[in-house]
Amino acid sequence: MAEAQNIPAGSTTAGAIAVAAESTVATRMSAPPSFDVADFPVPHGREEEWRFTPLARLKGLHDGTAVADGTMKAQIDAPEGVTVESVERGDERIGKAGTPVDRVAAQAFSSFAKATVITVPKETVLGEPIRVALHGEGGTTFGHTVFDVKPFAEAIIVIDHTGDGVRAANVDILVGDGAKVTFVSVQDWDDTAVHTSQHNALVGRDASFKSVVVTFGGDLVRLHPRVTYAGPGGEAEMLGVYFTDAGQHQEHRLLVTHDAPHCKSNVVYKGALQGQDAHAVWIGDVLIEKSAEGTDTYEMNRNLVLTDGARVDSVPNLEIETGEIVGAGHASATGRFDDEQLFYLQARGIPADEARRLVVRGFFAELVQQIGVDDIEERLISKIEAELQGSV
Amino acid sequence: MATLEIHDLHVSVEAENGAREILKGVDLTVKQGETHAIMGPNGSGKSTLAYSLAGHPKYTITSGTVTLDGEDVLEMSVDERARAGVFLAMQYPVEVPGVSVSNFLRTSATAIRGEAPKLRTWVKEVKSAMEQLQMDPAFAERNVNEGFSGGEKKRHEILQLELLKPKIAILDETDSGLDVDALRQVSEGVNRVRATGEVGTLLITHYTRILRYIKPDFVHVFSEGRIAESGGAELADKLEAEGYESYSTKGGATA
Ligand SMILES: Nc1ncnc2c1ncn2[C@@H]1O[C@H](COP(=O)(O)OP(=O)(O)OP(=O)(O)O)[C@@H](O)[C@H]1O
Ligand SMILES: [Mg+2]
Repeated sequence: MAEAQNIPAGSTTAGAIAVAAESTVATRMSAPPSFDVADFPVPHGREEEWRFTPLARLKGLHDGTAVADGTMKAQIDAPEGVTVESVERGDERIGKAGTPVDRVAAQAFSSFAKATVITVPKETVLGEPIRVALHGEGGTTFGHTVFDVKPFAEAIIVIDHTGDGVRAANVDILVGDGAKVTFVSVQDWDDTAVHTSQHNALVGRDASFKSVVVTFGGDLVRLHPRVTYAGPGGEAEMLGVYFTDAGQHQEHRLLVTHDAPHCKSNVVYKGALQGQDAHAVWIGDVLIEKSAEGTDTYEMNRNLVLTDGARVDSVPNLEIETGEIVGAGHASATGRFDDEQLFYLQARGIPADEARRLVVRGFFAELVQQIGVDDIEERLISKIEAELQGSV
Repeated sequence: MATLEIHDLHVSVEAENGAREILKGVDLTVKQGETHAIMGPNGSGKSTLAYSLAGHPKYTITSGTVTLDGEDVLEMSVDERARAGVFLAMQYPVEVPGVSVSNFLRTSATAIRGEAPKLRTWVKEVKSAMEQLQMDPAFAERNVNEGFSGGEKKRHEILQLELLKPKIAILDETDSGLDVDALRQVSEGVNRVRATGEVGTLLITHYTRILRYIKPDFVHVFSEGRIAESGGAELADKLEAEGYESYSTKGGATA
């Protein structure tokens, strides 16, 4: 159930569980998914999927005026056995995991020059992560990356975004039957960057997929982490951490579509906000289709607002089209760290800056431990510390 | 011997129509080993005194002095006061999301003691203190005060009192909202700390009930922002019998 406590002014935590014949997730979008940008009208900002996003800050990604004039330095570290290819559009692996759901994702799809396909062969268990480091050096770039993890392979994939620029991309993650994939996307951009990306994971039969989204930087970051299942028995865990600073807009729009029986999904996103006009948006849609008997799903979003002037919009939404499920639930809560809490901790001898750290670290700790990629966990913690330092 | 000296303390708060004076000249000296009960009607300024001593930013000290062993308390930040040995058990303890009780207690003890307590002995110390207060060990893993009942919050305050061993303990209506069993357990906690002889206690209460468990050396009647009368334990009996009426009407209605 949606619970709300001590909600900062202007923030929303709405939530709904709908048992519906017709999906509102689908009807909420202004156009059906498509690879062609022309199939989407230019958004005005009042559309359901755009109403939280400051369109003016998208640098033309939404209205066709953005041109590919930028530089994105890419470095790919692939452990032995992994193949990296640069392929033309039309390669049958591109777009297999999902179709762009909004105009910006379709723009990225229509505009990328070449796609990168990274393949982990069947039954290959990687000892080291595949690392893709993308460093923006200004201007606009479009990208498409496919991770094709074959059956029974095991891989950790880290995409790391740093630097400045305007980036629109799609990432496909094909998780083969029985495969195990952790996919980490870090948004550690400069504070001027704009980043939109749709992550499409197609989870194979009895496969398990973990998505970890870590968003710190950027002027505007808008991501669509999405999961569908290619067969029964799949498991998806979607974890997210964001730290939204003054003036930043960070939006995470998730969709898990349970379209196969006996699959699981667990979504946990946590965010901290500080500073004037810090704005975090979290949309968590879970759709359990008629065929998805035996589904077990839970989604949660928690926000910790550290100062005045920040705003959170958190909307979990669960749609169930079959009664034959194991479990389904959601929760959303936005709380604030206020002067009374600070006073309480200080009254127990804890200095103000340490009190703030204690609260924020505690808030994220459990989630960070679930990431399971050591260097990412460490970086996250030190990043959080640095963000807090900046505020004192 | 630790001594808290409050002299001619005037405190105001920012109200809608400007500053409003709430404490109008409080004089009080609390020495280590002594227990002072402060009793008074609702709104007389008891919590204001407690918060002002702890340094809550809402309250502005307009004049007067507060010293702890000669050190100027009013110059200290909230956390400095706590580390100097002032402890406030709050009337309404605050929920702190994201911070577990065990993490909170340890961080606090580390700050107050100046070094991290040894893990082995610390765990035992916390466990036995919780047991004595009839607190379920599961509380250690819950977030500070989050979803605690009124009584659980008060036990948690006294747990901190026992672990932090302050020089001056200010207990703001620790008794309110407690049933008889909880009142007894919480009082026993306070008495364990008092029995060390190392704490000066300022017991703020509205009711005489808790004084059956915690025997004060002095009783002060608080009214309209100052101490209207002081006496020994017998003064509580008078209040029990007569209530606060004779104090609040004294000098005409000013509220
Ligand atoms: N921010 C404020 N603005 C205006 N008046 C305030 C403010 N804060 C406190 N007061 C007033 O100060 C007076 C003293 O309040 P205080 O909480 O100290 O009383 P108390 O003796 O602790 O009462 P109780 O027995 O109800 O706990 C009250 O009249 C209260 O309304
Ligand atoms: Mg009070």
